[in-house]
Amino acid sequence: MAVSSAERAKSNYEREYLENLCPTGWRNPAPQSRYDLLILGAGPDGIVAAREAVALGARVALIERHRLGGGSLNYGCIPSKALLRTARLYAEMRHAENFGGVSPARIPFDWPAAMMRLQRIRARISRTASASGLSREGIALFFGNARFISPDAVAVDGVTLRFKNALIATGSGPLLPGIPGLAEVGFLTSETVFDLPELPESLLVIGGGPLGCELAQAFARLGTRTVIAHSEPLFLPQEERDAAQMVSDALARDGVEIHLNSKAVKARAEGKMKAVDLLRDGQSMTTTVDEILTGIGRMPAIQGLQLELAGIDYDAERGIHVDDFLRTRNPRIYAAGDVCLEHRFTNTAAASARIVVRNALRRGRERLSTLTIPWCTYTDPEIAHVGLYVQEASERRIPVKTFTIPMHDIDRAIADSEDTGFVKIHLREGSDHILGATVVARNAGEMINTVSLAMATRIGLVALSKVMHAYPTQGSAIQRAAEAYVRSRRPSRLAAWWQSRQI
Amino acid sequence: MIDALQRAAFEYFPRVTHPATGLVADTSRPGSPASVAVVGFALSAYPVGVTRGWMGREAAAEHCLRVMRFLSRSDQSGRDDSSGFHGFYFHFLDLGHGRRVAQCELSSIDTAFLIMGMLMAAAFFDASTPEETELRQLALELYHRVEWQWAQPHGTAVAHGWKPECGFLNYAWQGYNESGVLHALGLGSPTHPLTRAGVDAWTATYQWEHLYGFDFLYAGPLFVHQFPHAWIDFRGIRDRFMRDKDCDYFENSRRAVAVQREYCIRNPRSFDGYDADCWGLSAGDGPAAASQRIAGRRQAFAGYASRGVPWGPDDGTINGASCVASLVFAPELALSALRTMYTRAPGDPGSSVRASGFNATVGDREQGGWLSPGEFGLDQGIIVLMIENFRTGLPWALGRSITGIRRGLKRAGFTGGWL
Repeated sequence: MAVSSAERAKSNYEREYLENLCPTGWRNPAPQSRYDLLILGAGPDGIVAAREAVALGARVALIERHRLGGGSLNYGCIPSKALLRTARLYAEMRHAENFGGVSPARIPFDWPAAMMRLQRIRARISRTASASGLSREGIALFFGNARFISPDAVAVDGVTLRFKNALIATGSGPLLPGIPGLAEVGFLTSETVFDLPELPESLLVIGGGPLGCELAQAFARLGTRTVIAHSEPLFLPQEERDAAQMVSDALARDGVEIHLNSKAVKARAEGKMKAVDLLRDGQSMTTTVDEILTGIGRMPAIQGLQLELAGIDYDAERGIHVDDFLRTRNPRIYAAGDVCLEHRFTNTAAASARIVVRNALRRGRERLSTLTIPWCTYTDPEIAHVGLYVQEASERRIPVKTFTIPMHDIDRAIADSEDTGFVKIHLREGSDHILGATVVARNAGEMINTVSLAMATRIGLVALSKVMHAYPTQGSAIQRAAEAYVRSRRPSRLAAWWQSRQI
Repeated sequence: MIDALQRAAFEYFPRVTHPATGLVADTSRPGSPASVAVVGFALSAYPVGVTRGWMGREAAAEHCLRVMRFLSRSDQSGRDDSSGFHGFYFHFLDLGHGRRVAQCELSSIDTAFLIMGMLMAAAFFDASTPEETELRQLALELYHRVEWQWAQPHGTAVAHGWKPECGFLNYAWQGYNESGVLHALGLGSPTHPLTRAGVDAWTATYQWEHLYGFDFLYAGPLFVHQFPHAWIDFRGIRDRFMRDKDCDYFENSRRAVAVQREYCIRNPRSFDGYDADCWGLSAGDGPAAASQRIAGRRQAFAGYASRGVPWGPDDGTINGASCVASLVFAPELALSALRTMYTRAPGDPGSSVRASGFNATVGDREQGGWLSPGEFGLDQGIIVLMIENFRTGLPWALGRSITGIRRGLKRAGFTGGWL
């Protein structure tokens, strides 16, 4: 059978991607007597650490079990964001009337085309972290399974590598739900969902965390009948209630069948379909779908490392135990990223790896707790957060006041027909010191960076109010919140009089 | 207008009360079960009816006594067809037999409203007649029977409810909400009090926000800012949170009214009818109509829902009772809005205000839109009590005299004013 040009292109992308990240016939370098920094895991944290260490003149070994780039490039952020963008296009085509356009009478979907785009993107990004490129940068790159054999040595497929300092950056893997029958009927995870040969007609997503919500919305927008079951009363349990409710509303608008407070308790095959029993408040119902995707979370990748031989404390849930300097119980071994952190984000993994390099190689005393960590769930609208939540501040007895600007008050959001959401900036009451912020908006992930910058550089809302924002932009909502703070600083008696005049 | 509204709302209760059990229907619609919260409102409303001469004292006491006798003897086994468990009651009961209906939950908040009603009646019916003496005894007996602490399954936040099929529901009282009465009664119980951890878990999730130019303790639906105020006079008394904010819950509700009005002026979703004199997004009935395209988007219309501002849900439905209940907080704004709703909303004058919801965007627009058929007991109850608080303050006076409430508020950290 003749191979189509599209299939050829697809296989070329895949070949380039694999050649960059997991080259066939790769020969590990001859080991040096001892490395200044030996890194286990070549995800975003491992690669960042290797590059920073080499830049400091250190002898660096980097060991990867599977593919360079980690979960983010191979299975996580990048493939999912590529698919989300395709899904957004379809949502906009379907709702063209909302934007003064005309929806096409028929909107066919081409799964192979979407997957080819995904592979093209992945191949392109893989060029920046290729095996040959890392070697050229002076990093001794080893492919193979690593395990500790002593407090200062690891073995990689039978070869012993000794180190002065080591960094464990092995990341995390999907947490699999223990639902009776699920393994027998088969299910998808974040690592396998992008290998689907075709768009499923129906899909059950188990778990309403960031991954579950993002992919449930994406598949619904692509045309899959999508059901999501989440064991808690609200999606995204760590986020503010209003934000989580907005995600729920958005998923419902996109046609996702939502089952909150519902546990998947049993799965079985029914012909070619998969039936899953959901239990809510003692009442059972069954949903029948073509595919099941689990997105209940991730767990640290520590299997097979023989951490005991290196004197490292760990547990299956939290992963490797580290102090605020990211050091394990063995003072020459550090950890970074998903394998040890509560916040399992690519940006946090990279930032923690930089801290390790400075602490390990330059005798630094940098602390993890000083990081300002923003994160984002890429539903539409997106939910982005940085710093403390109100409840966290209250629990620490920090008085909090929140300045809230609804996106429906922002001209650009109205003009874009994207006025669902808000900017909430939490202040230490009585000051303009920013404790944290949550943004729900179409581009919340971009908007939150302004608040992160302010927090990291200790800029308060007064200064932020003076930073002129381009008009009209959705990001100006941040400035509006700052301006609201400045207005509220009127003498209290005058403010009270003004408020009473409004009622 | 106010008098007619209040009397019409009061008459709901004797009209839909079952003659044998004394239970009160949740709504005036055929087949409606009883709601224990509505029973609580009915018990609170009878003192108002007696004072205003709409019902004789003996008849009112007899109404109260009948339902309290019934509830004191009803099945507390917690079985799926019982009426309660651990002193709590299921949210909805069969009118004629008092059995749980529709697999509903054993409800902590609805039980609190019921017990509050009993204590209000006990505070009012203070004569030494055998009937009124028995009424007072029963009220205390049923209050003391509630095992409030049992509803803290994890020792912290109070659970919303429990079901025989699954145990405690996965929801607890967190985020500012209408549970002030529940926490006050629970903390004030001399027999099975809530632990302080319940109220701490609740207030730790409060959010003090600056929105539309107002500083307030945020909650979206208006009823959250109103229901506890039907019984408890929050003027001048403050817990630690409100002391820190130099505010009190009464003033907070004033601001919540202003935020509602401001939202409806902005009308971000472009619904018909919303303006400075037509507002009131709260819990209530809705049109449950087919979705339609409004202002460049597809809008769905819910049935009964808890609507709120500014994050919704908002489908253009107004709950008139929430506007009436704002009289005590912002009388000028509420009266102006009520006059507008009287003339503009669908249905007969007044009925639109007492209906559980109206929506000018759907239904027959020439007739003013969609109007919720019949009446809902919660709306009638809040109308009777809040108008009376506005006119004479009788419910507040009764609430101030209840020992359990005073004790509970003090245990929650309230000081100042009448405490």
